[in-house]
Amino acid sequence: MSVHKSLPHDAALLHVSGQARYIDDIPTPADTLHLAFGVSAIAHGEITSLDLEDVFASEGVIDVLTSGELPFENDVSPSAHDEPLLSTGDIHYLGQPIFLVIATSHLAARKAARLAKITYHDSPPILSIDDALAANSRFEDGPRIYGQGDISVIDSAPVVIEDSFEIGGQEHFYLESQAALAVPQEDGEMVVHSSTQHPTEIQHKVAEAIGVAMNDVRVEVRRMGGGFGGKESQGNALACACAIAAQRTRRPCKMRYDRDDDMIITGKRHDFRITYRVGCEENGKILGISFVHYARCGWAQDLSLPVADRAMLHSDNAYHLENIRIESHRLKTNTQSATAFRGFGGPQGMIGIERVLDHVAHRVGRDPLEVRLLNYYQDHQDHSVEASGGSISSKMKTGPQTTPYGMEVEDFVLNQMTADIVDRSEYQSRRNAVADWNARHSILKRGLALSPVKFGISFTLTHLNQAGALVHIYQDGSVRMNHGGTEMGQGLFQKVAQVAASCFGIHMDRVKITATDTAKVPNTSATAASSGSDLNGMAVKAACDTLKARLCAFLVDRHECRHSDIQFKDEQVWIKETAFRFEDVIKQAYENRISLSATGFYKAPKVAWDRIKGQGRPFLYFAYGVSVSEVVIDTLTGEYRILRSDILHDAGKSLNPDLDIGQVEGAFVQGAGWLTTEELVWDAKGALKTHAPSTYKIPAFADRPDIFNVSLWDNENQEDTIYKSKAVGEPPFMHGISVYLALSDAIAACGSRYPHLDAPATPERVLTAVQRVQRHGL
Amino acid sequence: MSKIHVTTTVNNEVVEFLADPRETLLDCLRDRLDLTGTKEGCGTGDCGACSVTVDGTLVCSCLVLGVEAEGAKIETIENMAQDGALHPLQRKFIEHAALQCGFCTPGILVAAKALLDKTPDPTETEVRYWLAGNLCRCTGYDKIIRAVMDAAAEMRGAA
Repeated sequence: MSVHKSLPHDAALLHVSGQARYIDDIPTPADTLHLAFGVSAIAHGEITSLDLEDVFASEGVIDVLTSGELPFENDVSPSAHDEPLLSTGDIHYLGQPIFLVIATSHLAARKAARLAKITYHDSPPILSIDDALAANSRFEDGPRIYGQGDISVIDSAPVVIEDSFEIGGQEHFYLESQAALAVPQEDGEMVVHSSTQHPTEIQHKVAEAIGVAMNDVRVEVRRMGGGFGGKESQGNALACACAIAAQRTRRPCKMRYDRDDDMIITGKRHDFRITYRVGCEENGKILGISFVHYARCGWAQDLSLPVADRAMLHSDNAYHLENIRIESHRLKTNTQSATAFRGFGGPQGMIGIERVLDHVAHRVGRDPLEVRLLNYYQDHQDHSVEASGGSISSKMKTGPQTTPYGMEVEDFVLNQMTADIVDRSEYQSRRNAVADWNARHSILKRGLALSPVKFGISFTLTHLNQAGALVHIYQDGSVRMNHGGTEMGQGLFQKVAQVAASCFGIHMDRVKITATDTAKVPNTSATAASSGSDLNGMAVKAACDTLKARLCAFLVDRHECRHSDIQFKDEQVWIKETAFRFEDVIKQAYENRISLSATGFYKAPKVAWDRIKGQGRPFLYFAYGVSVSEVVIDTLTGEYRILRSDILHDAGKSLNPDLDIGQVEGAFVQGAGWLTTEELVWDAKGALKTHAPSTYKIPAFADRPDIFNVSLWDNENQEDTIYKSKAVGEPPFMHGISVYLALSDAIAACGSRYPHLDAPATPERVLTAVQRVQRHGL
Repeated sequence: MSKIHVTTTVNNEVVEFLADPRETLLDCLRDRLDLTGTKEGCGTGDCGACSVTVDGTLVCSCLVLGVEAEGAKIETIENMAQDGALHPLQRKFIEHAALQCGFCTPGILVAAKALLDKTPDPTETEVRYWLAGNLCRCTGYDKIIRAVMDAAAEMRGAA
């Protein structure tokens, strides 16, 4: 079987030799045109005059389009129809596209885009959460509220804690910036190459933009140079611009954002303020909790509602909270339209409750680990062991525990995983060593923290949990496979090819992986929500099973055997004790007019969700993980280093352990970046000042922990997923929370108070927090 | 603006092209010579995706003008495999799963080779700091460091 093996990324050889093609590497005809947006210089107001004379006159410029010249729909939003491709006069953020330059080169287009003379009538921009609350500027009429039980228990709790903290946004910083190429075809058809996680949405938006049906548009995606959610909806503008320009000029048109433009124009992770009020016992057991989430969504709705919903759905993380209320405000501001980013709100919700657990432990004077364990959901084995043993404990009487949104937690494993990592990471002895170090050192302080992850897997918009595939077997026994998922580096294509090879019992080199193509598999969902291999793996397996059933029927007839006598393994088809070469069986099947091409379809079972009521089963299952991080801070400068991180992560029965560990490592570092060095700064006028890697710092080689141990937890998925694996794209991102909590722990060692530490915990913020704690003394 | 004729050696081959004097070496390699293995990640010398060597010195090709290539010897990712055989670094990157989206990979390989050419026995810290100018958003760097250390060990063994 090819599954469960650590095979290299499918394009590894192309990548190391520089031969892998991204959008800007695709050879194009010599008459290809290049596009750039002219963007607004203010955050809020109206355009009073637009003089494009110098833009038209600039070298190499072919044409310049404004909203009035757009032939059809002027909308690039994923669903809310609130995001014009080009401004119609109103300005909603600084960086909003106003006009489109079509020129003979990328540089000519970009230079010309700077030459417009635009005057504006300025309005005061709504930039911050406080601005938006003051102006009641929001999406949806009011806050969404989910919860269970009765939070009035907080009032009578022995310990009550109230606080609030802020969590910054995050730039995706995919290394390949957004890009698209549209090539006009005969009879009004359009082929679009796009760096997108969502080819079907590109197809849909392009069709609307050029006034054709979806069957006139074909979108192809071979790979992205990173996505992370940033290419779920943010590629729409480039693809539509290219298609409009290509239709108008009848020439191929290409557009790629320069890095600064990309950061100024496109959406990022939502920044949040979270306030909490929690009541607990003296031992730290939480009795009741109330959260208020304030999400800064930017100027357009984009995916903000499901992002903010998912933050609410992760407000419990690993903890059984019987009395809880979560109130979520989705605020509209004059900033980039915040969008999907790995975790999709989950990380924000999760860091809220993790900080609460930390705060509670500090207040009641216990190790945060003990308080976490006290509040954990119970492991699923607890039910079976107790049930089979016949002794019905108090836990068993309650049955599976319920999340704040009415879903039963049936697969919890964090008690076992936590015990395992406490052991592996030598948590207890290091806890003592850290305390000892801090008692002996006044300048450098160490901090240690453990944080768990329980992440819900499935799109919360239930209908998106579907996928299609197309599998051909050719006469020579070679297989060509296609599905709706896109490759952004995560190794999806290889994992799904492993599924196909396993189904037929053939070697990987027989299976050809092909670009995602809306003409082959239609109506696909975005490769998002960690769903890629879960959905597309099952769809490909369904297609392979159809083909195998046809081959079996043929063989049963031909060899007068039973279905159960036939096995596909080791490059051969076995009928009882006799083996036939796979390619020979295929050739015979072809000659006997057996169809060797099949589609496959999959829809995830069990999920049903009412997002207004906040009740149902939004997720098929949960993915789990736990991490321990240790840091050292310099209390004179606020600088810090991650000394060691240990991660144990549940990828189910992994389809490809090397690729999955790669996801875990990369996600952790990205998550740690979100909470430490990656700071987005807007000035008072709404200009994003950190719009290049010179000022926006993602983790670099030297930032990786000195000691970094990552392991997968061997845990077959209880649900019937593809070869019992679990989704692994997003869940490990939240291991970065242990770094933030370790920093907070180190700061707490500087005094007696619980530190106020906003994220990202930049050295400046760490220093400020240290000084605040020191002022209050020991 | 009138173009300037440039004669240079790229990957051991003498090549000529006409460059706008404002054009970067990166754009010349990609657009004039179709060597698209060298990538633009930021255009400001901060990410290392466009790393090449000019006369043996590691540079960000987005910070070098195309006309500066006149008379120089330039090496890009396309020259790393020799006679169809992968360089040990390339093999080790595959073996250690040290890549995901692959966009930063050519630049990191070129930079790592420049290190090992001069420092065949680097410490892990030396590798980390030498590569500090190359950003990767996918891998978290760990597997890349392991791959470079392993390649260095193999190359020392082979020498």
